[in-house]
Amino acid sequence: MNFLLGAFKPACNILITFSDAKTRKQVPMKNENGQMVMVPLFQSQENIAAKISIEPLQGKKIEHNGVKVELLGQIEMYFDRGNFYDFTSLVRELDVPGDIYERKTYPFEFSTVEMPYETYSGVNVRLRYVLKVTVSRNYGGSIVEYQDFMVRNYSPPPSINNSIKMEVGIEDCLHIEFEYNKSKYHLKDVIIGKIYFLLVRIKIKNMDLEIRRRESTGSGANTHVETETLAKYELMDGAPVRGESIPIRLFLSPYELTPTHRNINNKFSVKNYLNLVLVDEEDRRYFKQQEITIYRLLDS
Amino acid sequence: MIADGVEDEEKWLAAGIAGLQQNAFYMHRALDSNNLRDALKYSAQMLSELRTSRLSPHKYYELYMRAFDELRKLEMFFKEETRRGCSIVDLYELVQHAGNILPRLYLLCTVGSVYIKSKEAPAKDVLKDLVEMCRGIQHPVRGLFLRSYLAQVSRDKLPDIGSEYEGDADTVVDAVEFVLQNFTEMNKLWVRMQHQGPTREKEKREKERSELRDLVGKNLHVLSQIEGIDLDMYKETVLPRVLEQVVNCKDEIAQYYLMDCIIQVFPDEYHLQTLDVLLGAFPQLQPTVDIKTVLSRLMERLSNYAASSADVLPEFLQVEAFSKLNNAIGKVIEVQPDMPILGVITLYSSLLTFTLHVHPDRLDYADQVLGACVKKLSGKEKLEDKKATKQIVALLSAPLDKYNDIVTALKLSNYPRVMEYLDSETNKVMATVIIQSIMKNKTRISTADRVEALFELIKGLIKDLDDAFHDEVDEDDFKEEQNSVARLIQLLHSDDPEEMFKIICTVRKHILGGGPKRLPFTVPPLVFSSLKLVRQLQGQEENPFGEEESTTPKKIFQVLNQTVETLSNIPAPELALQLFLQCAEAANDCDLEPVAYEFFTQAYILYEEEISDSRAQVTAIHLIIGTLQRMHVFGVENRDTLTHKATGYSAKLLKKPDQCRAVYACSHLFWVDDQDNVKDGERVLLCLKRALRIANAAQQMSNAARGSAGSVTLFVEILNKYLYFFEKGNPQITVAAIQSLIELITTEMHSDSSTLDPAADAFFASTLRYMEFQKQKGGAIGEKYEPIKV
Repeated sequence: MNFLLGAFKPACNILITFSDAKTRKQVPMKNENGQMVMVPLFQSQENIAAKISIEPLQGKKIEHNGVKVELLGQIEMYFDRGNFYDFTSLVRELDVPGDIYERKTYPFEFSTVEMPYETYSGVNVRLRYVLKVTVSRNYGGSIVEYQDFMVRNYSPPPSINNSIKMEVGIEDCLHIEFEYNKSKYHLKDVIIGKIYFLLVRIKIKNMDLEIRRRESTGSGANTHVETETLAKYELMDGAPVRGESIPIRLFLSPYELTPTHRNINNKFSVKNYLNLVLVDEEDRRYFKQQEITIYRLLDS
Repeated sequence: MIADGVEDEEKWLAAGIAGLQQNAFYMHRALDSNNLRDALKYSAQMLSELRTSRLSPHKYYELYMRAFDELRKLEMFFKEETRRGCSIVDLYELVQHAGNILPRLYLLCTVGSVYIKSKEAPAKDVLKDLVEMCRGIQHPVRGLFLRSYLAQVSRDKLPDIGSEYEGDADTVVDAVEFVLQNFTEMNKLWVRMQHQGPTREKEKREKERSELRDLVGKNLHVLSQIEGIDLDMYKETVLPRVLEQVVNCKDEIAQYYLMDCIIQVFPDEYHLQTLDVLLGAFPQLQPTVDIKTVLSRLMERLSNYAASSADVLPEFLQVEAFSKLNNAIGKVIEVQPDMPILGVITLYSSLLTFTLHVHPDRLDYADQVLGACVKKLSGKEKLEDKKATKQIVALLSAPLDKYNDIVTALKLSNYPRVMEYLDSETNKVMATVIIQSIMKNKTRISTADRVEALFELIKGLIKDLDDAFHDEVDEDDFKEEQNSVARLIQLLHSDDPEEMFKIICTVRKHILGGGPKRLPFTVPPLVFSSLKLVRQLQGQEENPFGEEESTTPKKIFQVLNQTVETLSNIPAPELALQLFLQCAEAANDCDLEPVAYEFFTQAYILYEEEISDSRAQVTAIHLIIGTLQRMHVFGVENRDTLTHKATGYSAKLLKKPDQCRAVYACSHLFWVDDQDNVKDGERVLLCLKRALRIANAAQQMSNAARGSAGSVTLFVEILNKYLYFFEKGNPQITVAAIQSLIELITTEMHSDSSTLDPAADAFFASTLRYMEFQKQKGGAIGEKYEPIKV
């Protein structure tokens, strides 16, 4: 029995430990199996220091052709399964070929790593960062271990942040003017604004503000676009008359939003929209979509 | 169909309550376990039941009240949460995460209430935020209830003066601003209801709206209770803002209700000081608004205010309340040409009541009101509208009630002009009211001018105003009316004979046109009133001024003569005759022989020409005899003529007993105790003998006709006359004559043919007893009686 078990077991245990694991912030992330796991959080330009300990199974030795660790930034398209595009790839050779008889520890560090893109998990695309440890062997295949970590990049408040102000309407039917106080919002921001009714000839039942995320992947004829509604927030109940102005105050914090990503490595984009929807008594929908930029502001 | 609707509604309400209770249950559980997240979740779900559109306001209210109770518990929980260290600011944000707006806003108001209490932010900021955010509910019923909830939870947290929420940043201005804004928004929603939904359901909608009106009005009530609103602020901010909303909403129901609300909730003192502004709003209201009721209530309130204390009166004068009200009413009437006349009169009636209460000394005001009323009425036909006429009666009665004095009312030159517009029926009613007022208050009307005015007022009773409805008049009512006129005439009096004479002439002028039915009622009091004057003049024969007096008894008699004559024409000869005799007697007392003679002549002519009924003749002849007997003014010749005539008439009466009695009564014409020149014993005896003859004849006729002799009463009566003259010393009446008469009576009484007449027997017996008594009494009379044997 023991023998059998041992046959399928990896020849060694590989443990990746971040050197600042105790102090570094951990955030939940969905792994490939759909389970939530806690992973450390980094941002661009940070040093990623860790140590790898390789411990052969009891009484065994490992012959290897070398040990290396890679830091990979990958984009994975779901429709193009198994195809990874590495946009970042850093390597450290940790050991020359030889044998490992007992537990051996390799500290290493990637300093000021450029990680321009954030970790992202969308409908059709995933962007991940991972540390990959490879113990190369001639036979029995190489032993590989992965450690995911998350990257979030923070932006300062934009220097120019104009409000969005627009008048829209259907001739002789409905004219409204709406205003959102900004065009760029951070994830915990509040959307303040108002809708001013210039002309109302339809019987409006209610009005909602939606936050929609549009993810487009691929390019050219191969472009896939997925739109999700992340928030639906009722702004108004009942039929207004001309001259009414309805306030907007939408807190973004309760929603799981993603910052806007524009053309990530020519592979995908994530855009955010505010969609103002008016519904009339016959359940016809009148809407106007406006793009907003969402960014991640460093928690102070 | 409608029943179904009601049933369905019950079902929906039941379902709503069930949903609400279920979520309230979970909410309670969350509250008990201090689970904020679940508490918010379930309270939002619970409040979602209020999102329904299916319930009428009435039913919705039921649902709302249940939610309201639950929210109180939630508010307590929030309060405890903050005590446990949860930041109120966070809570305030947290509740805003709710996706549905209605639950979100209810929760926001609830947390907001706790927020203000915590004083972590200025009350005004929170209030402002809440009232702004509530704009999200544009559905009228849901919006009204939400804002009503806001008003309810905020009402004890306004930064009023003296409130714990007042601070440097929070002033009463903010409190007012908040309430005003909430009021404005609520009113807009309320008015909007009117224009939503199909036209055929208008009535239903109006009913629903009236069910909701108190929600809107509550804001005004809250305003009125803010201590910090002083007169200046009320004048500068509150009232103009409220009125602006009222005027601009252009909605009949809202305008009516809110104007009334303003008048009822704010202090009278404020109304008085802001009359300009308040009244200025009225002409701007919709033409269909029932302004008259609202304005009337305002005036009523102001009247009561004026009555409350004498100290406030100067305020009324200072602000010229009357002229402002008057102008406002004028304007309202002007801009509402379709206002029914009833409305116009009601308005003026209220204004009149107001001015009478507030400015009882300013008759000119009252007259102005009446004048304005006349102006409005002019150009119109007489009023047909029953309610309007009733209102005019009220209008005209007001001054009478107030002053208890018609004299004051008579000074109102427009008073009679208003009466012109009443139909004759109402005119009479009004006239009766006036007379009753005079009589109740025993008002003295002592100048001819006023009498003239008064009769102008009550001419409905004096004359037939239109000929149309004569026959319908109830006889009793007519008598009642005319009797009251008669009483009125008696009340007119002036101590100055000149004036009194003028009064008489005035009255005469008016009543003579009254027609045959009225004259018998109205002439006698006038005649007696005149005679009273005559006697007054006679009492002060010496003219104290030594001037030529224009009013002499002679002149009055001339007038009287003509007056009474009218009666004989209508014809009412008996009455005329009586009055002539009264006049004659008065002339007698004034030593005006020719006048007295003239009156007698008139009386005799009437007797001869007009009085044909034998019974009336008997009465008349006795009156004539009685009066003539008392006349001392006549010379021998005139007296002879008149007595001769009277005796002649007496003898010509139809029935023998009447003849007999008249004739023996005539005996007195020849023997007047206190006039020495009238003591003609012979003619007395002649009369008595003639009476005896007639009595005999009567006896015989009775015998012939019925087979039994008549009563001896006549004989006994004549015996009494004998005794009278005997005592008075008429030498022609002898003992023998009396003796024989007694015997005659005794024989008659014992004759077979005599009928039994106990009354006559008793009469005779007592006459005999009298004689016996005189004998026993002795003295000169006793001696005279002594020879008579009984």
